[in-house]
Amino acid sequence: MKRLEFIVNPVAGIGGKVGLKGSDGEEILKKALELGAVRESGKKALVAMNILKEAEADIEVFTWPGEMGGDICRKAGIDAHVRGSITPGATTLEDTVRAAREMSALGLDLILFTGGDGTARNIMDAVGTDTTVLGIPAGCKIHSGVYALNPKTAGKLLVQYAQGKVKETKLAEVMDIDETQFRNGVVQAKLYGYLKIPNESKMIQNLKSGRGFSETASVEMLSHYVADEMKDGILYLIGTGSTTASIMQKLGLPNTLLGVDAVYNRKVVASDCTEKELLELTENYPKVKIIVTVIGGQGYVFGRGNQQISAEVIKRVGKENIIIAASRGKILSLFGSTLHVDTGNEEVNQMLCGYYRVIVGYEDMMMLPMRDV
Amino acid sequence: MAKVNVRKNFQQARWNEPMIYELSTPGLRGIIPPAVEDEIESRVGDVAAKLPESLKRKTAPGLPEVAQKQVLQHYIHLSQETMGANLTNDISEGTCTMKYNPRLCETLIGNPGFADIHPDQDEDTVQGMLKIYYDFEKVVKEVSGLDKFSLQPGGGNHAVYTAASVIRAYHEANGELEQRNEIITTIFSHPCDAACPATAGFKVITIWPDQNGMPDYEAIKAAANEHTAAIFMTNPEDIGIYNVHADKIVEAIHAVGGLCFYDQANANAFLGVARAKEAGFDMCHFNVHKTFGTPHGGEGPACGAFGVRKELAKFLPVPTVEYDGEKYYLDYDKPESIGKVRQYIGQSAVVLKAYTWSMMMGADGLRECAEISVLNNNYMLHLMEQIPGVSHAFQGNGIVRQEQIRYSFEELKEKYDIGSDDMNCRMGDYGIPWFWSSHHPWVIPEPMTLEPCESYTKEDIEEYAKVVEIVAGEAAENPGLLKNAPYHTGMHRRIQEEDLDNPEKWAVTWKAYKRKHGVK
Repeated sequence: MKRLEFIVNPVAGIGGKVGLKGSDGEEILKKALELGAVRESGKKALVAMNILKEAEADIEVFTWPGEMGGDICRKAGIDAHVRGSITPGATTLEDTVRAAREMSALGLDLILFTGGDGTARNIMDAVGTDTTVLGIPAGCKIHSGVYALNPKTAGKLLVQYAQGKVKETKLAEVMDIDETQFRNGVVQAKLYGYLKIPNESKMIQNLKSGRGFSETASVEMLSHYVADEMKDGILYLIGTGSTTASIMQKLGLPNTLLGVDAVYNRKVVASDCTEKELLELTENYPKVKIIVTVIGGQGYVFGRGNQQISAEVIKRVGKENIIIAASRGKILSLFGSTLHVDTGNEEVNQMLCGYYRVIVGYEDMMMLPMRDV
Repeated sequence: MAKVNVRKNFQQARWNEPMIYELSTPGLRGIIPPAVEDEIESRVGDVAAKLPESLKRKTAPGLPEVAQKQVLQHYIHLSQETMGANLTNDISEGTCTMKYNPRLCETLIGNPGFADIHPDQDEDTVQGMLKIYYDFEKVVKEVSGLDKFSLQPGGGNHAVYTAASVIRAYHEANGELEQRNEIITTIFSHPCDAACPATAGFKVITIWPDQNGMPDYEAIKAAANEHTAAIFMTNPEDIGIYNVHADKIVEAIHAVGGLCFYDQANANAFLGVARAKEAGFDMCHFNVHKTFGTPHGGEGPACGAFGVRKELAKFLPVPTVEYDGEKYYLDYDKPESIGKVRQYIGQSAVVLKAYTWSMMMGADGLRECAEISVLNNNYMLHLMEQIPGVSHAFQGNGIVRQEQIRYSFEELKEKYDIGSDDMNCRMGDYGIPWFWSSHHPWVIPEPMTLEPCESYTKEDIEEYAKVVEIVAGEAAENPGLLKNAPYHTGMHRRIQEEDLDNPEKWAVTWKAYKRKHGVK
């Protein structure tokens, strides 16, 4: 028996179809409703819940009232424990956070939420990586890797999860773009952190993954290789993310998941460094290398989630001293595209262009070109 | 297109056959061998007593106990649930070149003149078989342009591993092995072109295709340096695109001191048309069960003919088969050889069949085989292009396809949640064997790789395309029908696919199955 929490952000995605590029904030919400926007996230959630009904015997569902979940469970014919209270038609992000926080205190197995990147951030703020979650994609912005491919696959994945067929979990990126900038035509996704999701790549990532290669195994293998290849007498700047965290784990060193750490002779010499600290380090150590992963599904190596490693830091370290490592699945999801860089400095972006040997396993590399955005 | 014959009322046996172990009844016997005659026993003595203690079993082996009739019945049932190449329209198994295997070849290997000889016999008494080895080597030398072959490897991957071993020996002889520890390969080359060098101790660097689907030449140049031991590449690659820049790639690798291995396992597209030698390659191999008409082994006997330029011949496995003008003999005198890769001189039955096939085809026949294969494939493409929901890799790049093509059901997957596995299950209901999707990982989404080689008639190709058309139509109209297929075949849908990735669930022996699944 799995205990699930089900939360719907009823206004997720509402700004999309009316051209507002998002739904964050009361002003935009009001404007969207004036423009005739329709609440669709509930419909998307219903698609998933109708499928989940199949596994009813294996689940116990907890939800929030009305449009935040209770109504949808009723339509799907799923008996749910309804908790808390809301003001119908006027829910806010606080409601999502409150629901997630209160119910995670119940020690549930999984939080199923419906929304977009904004909702994912709210869930992350509430539960961190303590509870397994899964997103039903319904927002305007879906840059995070915490969603099923679509509501239907979310339902199917949940059925498998409920039946105990999906046991592994993994950390997936929570990314969001600044909506104000996005409205002005600037897309710049930022890495906010991680959520723990069921590890079932066929349903989470894309159609290209196929079978036969576990994401966890790939990260394990590449981490061992990178760790084995590290040499004394060189300062390594370890970038952000769960892949580089795994490398640090192999070295037996503490790691800052969203920060840049510096390692010299297999010891951490600086943690969670700012750009200024990194520049100082490059002055104090004659040989420096950067170890980074590829952020998100868009192929960014620099300029998303690791802005501390600035154009100036990269310039000083030099292109030949950049080591890129990413799981095979993450790299294959870029098929037909390239690695990207957006350091904010055109000269450095140009310098970084060219081919890289991306480490995808033990003594296993793929040649990928890097392009300026 | 005239009337196409589709097997709409196909029905295969489905026996729900138990494992042979489940048929076991203690005490049942198939054969009770006669007791040893007194005279033999008195002369030989107690044979078992002569075995060292360490080799003797303490308990009887856990073999199934089944009578003769039930054993025969069991295996006939299993055979009725298969869809073999010589039984069905096996355009399905793209990249594998499922040719007709001539019955004459099977007859010849049953001839006592061949079947009763033993590899330990004196060379003087097996001159005929050695001549067949020698002459078949001449055939593959001519087809590739290379100078010397070994027919010892027991299959394609084995030949590729032999190539990696020869490369290691070559760089070691030059004192450069430590420095040259990298092998370059391409993502649409056969996966053994990455796996075999990795097993031989090399690092592997994989190249992606350019926008036309050919290996990215700039990426290869960027990857090649003083650490490059060699490049391993297939051509045409798995997706059926012939790499016309192969010679340029060879030049780039040679320029940094690396060797070039050409994976020609499936050489059906260019027999008698293009050769490894002219493209500049140092080594190549042929899977004789693909290109030279011998049966696919299914873990059984096979032969990977592995060839090299004369400068590398000294590293080949021993023995090689030679001729001194009067007599054929085995040459073990190669001090720099990588050693043996298989017992004796390999699979002689397969070599005999491949030789027979080649001689029946003749030189002109080999070229005609390539021409028909490419023509067949392009006719197939023409029919497939008209089917809604079916696309193919790098469609519209203007490059004429060779002998095989990787198609994609991406559109059906997106629209109706019907992918390769669903299509495969349902096509079986029309008597079509399980098609080859792609090597993993699936770089092309929801793939299907088809190869209508020279053995297939125009009618076969039309039947196959018609079945794809019917089933793709069913996917649009009634996806549920495909989700629960097959209904008329002996094969079964993989119901718990995730268990294939779970070492706690899958088992390759009965003992492991019992342990992992708690069977008493």
